[in-house]
Amino acid sequence: MVDFDVVDLPDVDHVSAGEAAPEFTRPLVGAEYWSDTALSDLDGPVALVFFPMDGAFPATYMWNEIRDREWGLGDDLTVVGVSISTPYEHKAFVEEREMEYELFSDPSAGVGDRYGAVQNLDGMARIREHRPAVFLLDGDHTVRYAWVADQWPDFPDYDEVEANIADL
Amino acid sequence: MTTTDITLYRLQACPYCERVVRKLKQYGLEYESRFVEPMHSDRNAVARLTGKRSVPAIRDENTGVTMSESGNIVEYLDNTYGEGGAAGGA
Repeated sequence: MVDFDVVDLPDVDHVSAGEAAPEFTRPLVGAEYWSDTALSDLDGPVALVFFPMDGAFPATYMWNEIRDREWGLGDDLTVVGVSISTPYEHKAFVEEREMEYELFSDPSAGVGDRYGAVQNLDGMARIREHRPAVFLLDGDHTVRYAWVADQWPDFPDYDEVEANIADL
Repeated sequence: MTTTDITLYRLQACPYCERVVRKLKQYGLEYESRFVEPMHSDRNAVARLTGKRSVPAIRDENTGVTMSESGNIVEYLDNTYGEGGAAGGA
């Protein structure tokens, strides 16, 4: 990455490898509509990608990288995102970018809380959102890999995630 | 409940959609809500289903029925799930 000062985020006790992925239901947004969907409705291995609100540059960077690496497009891995953006914002984001991925809408960041991956945003009073994070779940939805940002901004180690996807 | 037989395409805050929701609840029917956009031109999923872009629209796998317009849907639900209806009432 370029040389700039990043902010260290407080330590968190996040969900880690070996634990069962906490279950949740939120609107899952695709290009055409959204409907309440449970994590357990998603078959097979899942890559759960927490990202900053739609419109922030890290959201664009992360989904560009995931698209370019074609995660989940040629295999049975389901790649889904989670951010605090509303279903309308997600739908515009998915549509404009012609994304192949669907996104959970979690405005309260409650899913982020359950996974131990939230941050308060400096300069945006009372807004909390998901820290950038990646959780890889196997077919039984046991967490096999977990990465949660401890700096801001920060990005997943995509190569490392990819190596772990291969092991699912 | 792992599958829901009735799918309702709806628009947030649309009174005609709420009318259908009230009827579904009255008969205790499980349904999946799929929310679409206010812009008609963005409702291709609905167009593929019913040939029109208007909501509410429902798909009922129990009967194979697909229809739109709240008056029609309410009448259909009454006839199918109401007392003496085809599905034997609720």
